[in-house]
Order: sequence, then C-alpha cells, then structure tokens
Amino acid sequence: MKHKLIYALAAPVLAVVVALVVSSIALLAIGESPATAFRAMATSIDSAEAVVNILNRAGPYYVMGLAVALGFKMGLFNIGADGQYRIGALLAAAAGAAVSLPGPLHVLFIVLVAMVGAGAYAGIAGVLKVTRGVNEVVSTIMLNFIATGITAYLLSVYLRNKAVDLQSETKPIAKSGWFPALNRLLSWIGYHLPKGTSLQGFLIVALLTGVVFYLIVYRTRFGFDLRSSGANPRAALASGVNPKAMILKTIILSGALAGLAGMGPLLSELHKYGDTFPTALGFTGISVALLGRNHPAGIAVAAFVWAGIEQAARALPEVGIPPEIGKILQGTLLLSAVIAFEVVRRHGQAAAVRDAAARADTHDRAVRLGAATS
Amino acid sequence: MTATTAPGRRTPQSMIGFLDDSPPYVRPILFAVGGLALLSIVRILAGAPDLTAGDTFIAAIGAMSPIVFAALGGLFAERVGVVNIGLEGMMILGTWFAGYAGWHWGPWAAVVAGAVGGALGGLLLALATVTFGVDHIVAGIAINLLAPGVCRFLASAVFVGHEDGTITQSPTMSGTISRFTFPFLAGGSLFGWKTPDTLGWLDEKRWFFLSDVAGLGRGFTTSLAFTTILALALVPLSAYFLWRTPFGLRLRSIGEKPSAADSLGVAVYRIKYIGVTISGALAGLGGAWLAIDVRAYNENQVAGRGFQGLAALIFGNWRPAGLAAGAGLFAFAQSLTQRIGTAPVRALFLLAALVTVGLAIVLITRRRVPQAIGALVMGGLAFVYYLSTKTVNNQIVFITPYLVTLLVLAFASQHLRPPAAEGKPWRKGDIT
Repeated sequence: MKHKLIYALAAPVLAVVVALVVSSIALLAIGESPATAFRAMATSIDSAEAVVNILNRAGPYYVMGLAVALGFKMGLFNIGADGQYRIGALLAAAAGAAVSLPGPLHVLFIVLVAMVGAGAYAGIAGVLKVTRGVNEVVSTIMLNFIATGITAYLLSVYLRNKAVDLQSETKPIAKSGWFPALNRLLSWIGYHLPKGTSLQGFLIVALLTGVVFYLIVYRTRFGFDLRSSGANPRAALASGVNPKAMILKTIILSGALAGLAGMGPLLSELHKYGDTFPTALGFTGISVALLGRNHPAGIAVAAFVWAGIEQAARALPEVGIPPEIGKILQGTLLLSAVIAFEVVRRHGQAAAVRDAAARADTHDRAVRLGAATS
Repeated sequence: MTATTAPGRRTPQSMIGFLDDSPPYVRPILFAVGGLALLSIVRILAGAPDLTAGDTFIAAIGAMSPIVFAALGGLFAERVGVVNIGLEGMMILGTWFAGYAGWHWGPWAAVVAGAVGGALGGLLLALATVTFGVDHIVAGIAINLLAPGVCRFLASAVFVGHEDGTITQSPTMSGTISRFTFPFLAGGSLFGWKTPDTLGWLDEKRWFFLSDVAGLGRGFTTSLAFTTILALALVPLSAYFLWRTPFGLRLRSIGEKPSAADSLGVAVYRIKYIGVTISGALAGLGGAWLAIDVRAYNENQVAGRGFQGLAALIFGNWRPAGLAAGAGLFAFAQSLTQRIGTAPVRALFLLAALVTVGLAIVLITRRRVPQAIGALVMGGLAFVYYLSTKTVNNQIVFITPYLVTLLVLAFASQHLRPPAAEGKPWRKGDIT
C-alpha cells in the first residue's frame, strides 16, 4: 500500500519539477529571473477574484476532459472533441435563440440540442470505425476540419444574425436560457464574492458530470465493460462484450459530453455562437484528460491547474516577463507528465514482477522443504 | 516501389481490375490523363475555363509544397513505426526558426534553420516514444501543444522591439528566395534572352485537353521557388532512399516487424531515432517553405497543414507518389478557393457527379448493386446542387479534400496498407 502511494505521487511530482526546471531555463535564457516570475504568478492567484476566474475557466475544461477521458478509458482517441463541441454549440445557440420556453426548460432544451448534435457528429467517426475499420484518430482529425467548414458555412448562410453587420454570429439567446450565476447561492451560505465577479453556474453542471462519470465508469456494468475493453479487448470479448456496440456507444457519449462542455461558454458567458466563441477547447480537454490520468478526480485537479496557470500568467507582464511562459509551463508539464506516468508505470510493473518472482521462489522452497520433512 | 511485394505474390485486386497486371507506371499515367480529360470536359460544360488555367495550377503547385514536406515527414516517421501526430507542431517550430534565420541571414539560412527546428521537435517525439515508450498519439498531441507556446514565447523574447517584429510576426526576411521559370516552355529567360512562353500560349487558347495539359505544365514550369523545387524533388528521392537503399530497407523493416529487424542486427532504437528526426526535419522544411513564401514568421501560418500532410500520407497509402497526389488534391482545392468567382468551384460539383456515375458503372459490373445505387444517389445530389446554384460557398470547397480523404478511408480502406508495426511501442526483447 505504501508503495502504491509513492508510485502514485512520484509521477506528478517529477512532472512538476521538470516543468519548473524547463520554464526556469527558458526564463534564464531571455535574462529574466525565474524567482520573480513564479512569485508574481503565485501572488496573483491569491485573491477571491482570481479563484473565481480560474473556476469559471476550469468548468468547461473539466467537462471536456471527461469527454476525452471516456474515450481514452477504452482506448479510443477522440481527437475530434473540438469539432464536436463546435457543431453542438452552434446548433444549440441557433435553436436556443429560435424558441422561447420557460427558464429551466429552455436551458434543458439547449443543452439537449448541443449534446445530441455533438454526439451525432461524433457518431460519424464511430460508424466509420465499426463498419469500415477507419481509425478514429484520423477520421476525427478530418471531421475537425470539416466541422470548421460546416459551422462557418451554416453561420454565414443560414444561422447568421442579420442585425449584426460586422461579425457573423447567431442571434442571442433570451435570458430564460442562461445558466444563473452562483453568487446568490454563495451569499446564502454566508460567502460574499467581491463586486464585479460572478461564479458561473456551469461549475455545478461540471461537478455533477464528474460524479455521474465516476458512477457510470466505476460502478456500472457498462463502465466495467468500457474499462475492460480498454485494458484487454480480448478478455472483454470473451466475457461477452460486443466491441462494435461498445465503440459506438462510447464515442457518441464522448461527443455528447464534448457538446455539454461547450455549454459553459454558451450559457454562462456569451449567450451566442460567433467569431468570439472559444476555439481549441477540445485540445485543452485532451491535455487535461492526459494530465488527470483519465480519472474524474485527477482531471478535476488537472483542469484547475491548467486554468490556474493561464490565470497566473496574466500577472507576468506587470513584472516585465512575457506571459507566454505559461504556455511553456503547460506544454512541458503535459509532456513530462505523460513521460513520467509511463516511466513510473513501467518501474512499478518491473517491481511487481520481481516481487512475484521472489514470492514464487520462497513458496517453491517451502514446498520442497515440506516434501523433504514429511 | 514494387520491392515490398514478393515475386509471385498477387497484389490485392483494385477497383479497376484490368490494370492489375500492367506495369506499375501505367496506372498513374492513365489516372492523370483521364483526370485531366475529365476536368477539361467539366470546365467546358460548366463554362468555367479557370478550373484548369495555368494560374490555378501555379498556385496549386506552390500550395502543395508545404503539404508534401509534411506528408514526407509523416512517411519517414511511420515507416519506422512511429505515428507522428506532432507534424503540425514541428512545422510550427520550423516556421519560427526559419523566420529567425531568414531575418538574419536570408532565405537559404531559413531553409536550414527550419529543418533544424523541426528536427528538434522530431527528437523530442523520439525521446518520448522510443526511449520512454509513451503512446505515440499522446506524445504527438503534447508536442502540438508545446510548439506554439514555445514559438510565441521565443517571438516575444526575440522579435518584439525590432522593425516589423511583433509577438506574432518576425521582422521581414532579408532577400527573397530565387525563382525559376523554364525557358522555351514557360518563357523563362536564358542568358538574358526572354524565350517564348509556349505553354502560356497554348494555355490561353483553352482548347479541349491540350490547353489543360498546358495549364498543368505551366504549374510545374512557371516561377518555381527553389523551396518548391526541393519539395517536388524530395518525393522521388525519398522513394529511392526508402525503397532502393539498404538503409531504407532497414528503416522500413522496423516499421513492419521490429523484432525481426532486431534479430538481424538492425539497430532498432537508433534507426527509429533517425527516422523520427528526419520526419521532424522534413516537417520543419514545410514550415520554412511557408515562412519564406511570405518572407516572415507568422503565428498560425501553418494552419493545419501538418494534419493535411498526415491525411495526404494516408490518402497516398504510405507511399511517396501517393502522398504527392494527396497533397496535390488539397492544394488544388485551396488554390480554387482563393480564385475570384466561384464558377470553377461550382464546376467541381459537375465533376463529382460524373465521377460518382462512373464509379456506379464500375460497381454494377462488379455486381455490387447496393453500393452502385448509393453512388448514383450521391452523384444525383451533386448534379442537382450543380444545376440549382449559381454561386458556391467557399467553405464547401474548404472541406472537400477532408471529405475525400474520409471517403477514401471509408471505401478503400481494404486497399490501404499502413506499416504493420505502426503506433506500437516496442522494447528490445519484445517478440511482436
């Protein structure tokens, strides 16, 4: 047990150290002091306002991380989460602006459209994989570009808000379709946020999604089949799992989650889809899922760290250091983390093999001794 | 390229069966001639002479080069069994290094520096995948994420404060890359004498087929940057290197069965490192091409070309000639979207209709009726769209090459043969 804990902690610690060292070298190379930079970053996130900002960013990252992790759990690389959430978000934004429904129903309707749209789009890659054997990495990369084309086409030709001249964007969604902010909820429990900051309601959705993800993946038959398909497809097949159905279900569910992730920016922040809608959220999701080892708790930490680095890097220009060091920190953290996980995993595996061999040896000797004495 | 096929072994039957026993060079030539004839018919029927005009092809050959570099990069990595999703990131590194070196020492230094920058990315991928055994896709994604961050950081530290230099852009390169126009064929000058532009004359006549051939010819002979010539030359050179030299054989054997290569004394790890580093260097050259083309490093100037290279590689069945064809397809679509007026683009739908009808006829002769009906329906839809619209949205053309790649994967995947050990981490001592 003690060993297990050491192994679990060794990789993240190693990764953080490597990332800090590499970033420090980069800073020293341009003649800046790493100590100044890291101190500025650390002090800048030491305020309620900064933490709220981080949480607001981390929510969509978390859900996107879960979407990608679901695929990873069974060995599916959903590189296409990016295209899926953009398709979902555009359809949801257009549908949400076109109808008027009472509050919760309106939100539910928009979320449903996003998840169905994104899930269906992900389903294309799933169908291609199970019927034609097309590798999902390649097909989802293609589908990302196709999504870029489709969303731009739909936005410019059919779904554009004609009242806005300069930008192509959808009509705004009415207030009934917004996620409420959590400020009032916090006030009830006696915590008042500073003026001008608002904690997005999407955070609740993200946390709930994490819990549901955990329950489905670790506490249901479907989750067991999913994990066993990823760990050992042959054993899964032998135990009666239909691999094709499993692939299809997983990739559609992964897409639906990606669609849900897009609801953070749409329903809590922008309320319309347009040129300002965040892009590359899907790739952040991949990073966060990898960093969090595909576990809902790990991804939560990873999403928080990822958003935290982004927030902290904003303080760097004040001390005359380029904020891009944040990107280097993120990138090296990710790369050293995946390497460290692999090294530690192999180390642990080798240790387990040695352990088992030693135990088999003593057992062997005991049996021989027993045979000799009786 | 037939070296992989053992004598006496039948290659899998292709869609066009009567060509199966012909020499290997017949099929590409037939496809090229047939394709051009089809384009010619389409441009006349659709009234879109620009579809095959020389200017279209000149733009396309240029646009093709960075994609060819990227795809060749993918080829070298995948032939040693490493999937390189990180091509995009390595191209980005190439653009920055090329921008830096070009600013100080001119375009030729940019070429070298771009290759070096990309090779650094390749080394990083090799370190992660070969030495540490990290999943190839995961490592590639990490590099794609890291590279733009590194470049932006470096740009902020190095370019900002100099003339034209910003965080997203390098100062302008000193000098331009030389360009070459063939004399007599395309009107290049010879010892100061301007030769006649034969192909240009033929191209402007817009005669059936002849002018289209001339248009294509102009693409390959007019105002070629030396970086473009490098890209085009590297296609046959790579084919020769990989399929006709002992080192190439060793390299490919690792992509097929590393344990077998290992048992014969091939230094698997070392050659994997070499293959992946070459891969990065080629991708970096692609980045350098882009930077040299506009005489500066620009953030986001790679814009997915690394992924397009990957698609072209798959489209081309992991072969140099095939990937060049794939890159050509992407580039042709790109150059059409950049042209004024959408008549040529609209003509593509007529082309799609004709091709699918032809496909349906082939399928019927093969007694694959459901597929034939599917093809006919798609062709019909394309034809209806062609008739019903006057203008076509550029976005539709933008997605065409990706769609074609998907369709190729969906309908020809049984003919595709990636390297057998591609994507599998291998440790010395593994039997597979």
